[in-house]
Amino acid sequence: MSATAALPRRRRVIPGFGITLGATVLWLSLIVLIPLAALFLKASELSLGEFFAILASRRVLHALQLSFSLSLAAAAVNLVFGMLVVWALVRYRFPGRRLLDAIVDIPFALPTAVAGIALTNLYAESGWFGGLLARIGIEVAFTPLGIFVALVFIGLPFVVRTVQPVLEDLEKELEEAAASLGASRFTIVRRVVLPSIVPALLTGFALAFARALGEYGSVIFIAGNLPNVSEIAPLLIVIRLQEFRYADASAIAVVMLVAAFLLLFIINALQRWSEARTGRRL
Amino acid sequence: MTVLPHFEIMAGHEALYDMAPARKLQRKLDVRADPPAVKWAIIALTVAFLGIFIVVPLINVFAQAFAKGVRVYLAALADPDALAAIRLTVVVAFSAVVANGVFGLTAAWAIAKFDFRGKNFLITLIDLPFSVSPVIAGLVFVLLFGLQGFAGPWLAAHDIKIVFAVPGIILATIFVTFPFIVRELIPLMQEQGTEEEEAALSLGASGLTTFFRVTLPNVKWALLYGVLICNARAMGEFGAVSVVSGHIRGETNTMPLHIEALYEGYQSAPAFAVASLLALLALVTLVAKTALEKRTNKG
Repeated sequence: MSATAALPRRRRVIPGFGITLGATVLWLSLIVLIPLAALFLKASELSLGEFFAILASRRVLHALQLSFSLSLAAAAVNLVFGMLVVWALVRYRFPGRRLLDAIVDIPFALPTAVAGIALTNLYAESGWFGGLLARIGIEVAFTPLGIFVALVFIGLPFVVRTVQPVLEDLEKELEEAAASLGASRFTIVRRVVLPSIVPALLTGFALAFARALGEYGSVIFIAGNLPNVSEIAPLLIVIRLQEFRYADASAIAVVMLVAAFLLLFIINALQRWSEARTGRRL
Repeated sequence: MTVLPHFEIMAGHEALYDMAPARKLQRKLDVRADPPAVKWAIIALTVAFLGIFIVVPLINVFAQAFAKGVRVYLAALADPDALAAIRLTVVVAFSAVVANGVFGLTAAWAIAKFDFRGKNFLITLIDLPFSVSPVIAGLVFVLLFGLQGFAGPWLAAHDIKIVFAVPGIILATIFVTFPFIVRELIPLMQEQGTEEEEAALSLGASGLTTFFRVTLPNVKWALLYGVLICNARAMGEFGAVSVVSGHIRGETNTMPLHIEALYEGYQSAPAFAVASLLALLALVTLVAKTALEKRTNKG
């Protein structure tokens, strides 16, 4: 309650509270809140029956299913390999470690369209990887597998960058105590290290999943974009928009947006859990 | 220079007496040391994974850009449509950086320097664009300002074009980069508190003078950091811009859209030539970001 007691005094000293908060809320409303509200307003023009009829159509259902399942799979791969990358970067000293650390950020920085055409070219039959894989009968470009590759690429930094600081801050004494009590190295990693970083791992997983779900630029080049085969939900939104079927586009967008908000809610809860467990803000 | 001979003696010393048992002992004493086989296996997997998924695609951008020779590369960049795309990209990114920079400073002032109810909720709302798909970020502006949109008829009657024109591209870009700068400023300004501002004010400085002479210099590196990542994202944005752009070559195509048009038109080398500029921008941004992180002791 001391904070509220100090409030009137501080407000008198530092000026500009009213105008800066007012401008913030106004600009936020104009750029973010009103546009997002327009989406829900558009979708609300549909009756509940119409809304579900759009979602239940074969093409929409397939696109949603594909987006969710591939994003989940890509996030899972990022979880496993992200953990390995973090372990190597935090626990080991080896030549080139700093360079590897910097490389992890490239998917954040590289524009999605650039990543998209680079991956497509690479995995097409004439490309470096595509040619090799074709020989053993694996097609990547223009198949759902290509979408998966693109989603792994863009989700990669999330797990690494959320887990890395937590593993760095993990106190050595915990592991020493476990070792002095006779625990094997494997037991220590499984019973002492892993539980401390589980919240951060799950946060990174959820972030990678959320990013993959909405991803468009890096996917559409490599996907092939065949309806009912390799068409992701964000692309179907764009197609419906180009056909001027705004209601259909809005219905799919509402599903994606609600999923994104749910994930945001889960991520916030995970971060609070991680803070409680390690005493560190992510 | 004098250290070198000493080091050589040490090395010779090590060669003379077998140090392997000592190293083994040291490893046993360090509870965190994994067996060498495990260590090198994990490092090898890391290098292979990052190499295959990140490094090779990045190298491929430059390899494909020069696949048809330097002349094709330069011609692709000197093409009038490419130049128009570069100009538009710079204008859009500059607008987004200015808008989000001014907003970032304003919002961070209100949020970091004052206590009020609903502050966390406000921060969550500011973060919202992070979790919205770029495609949806474009869609909402079409729903608002498109011909069949809510404000469409009114805009058409007054001959104002927002979507499928430059203003829509700028709006969508501001939306997707909305939290970038303010998220860098809030934690720093919260940490710095209000003592310095209070001191300046009590010495008779006006509110604006205090902001420009005390607050702004204190947060300049964080502001620059935010500007850097906001600019990189704004220049590279594809999904949102793709939805609100009319895809008119030389007019409403930003660099990523120009790349798409070239690539879909089977002009691979020119597409990768323009892409190499954006890849270069990404690399420069990363290097500058790392340098700034050292300065601000971040990360």
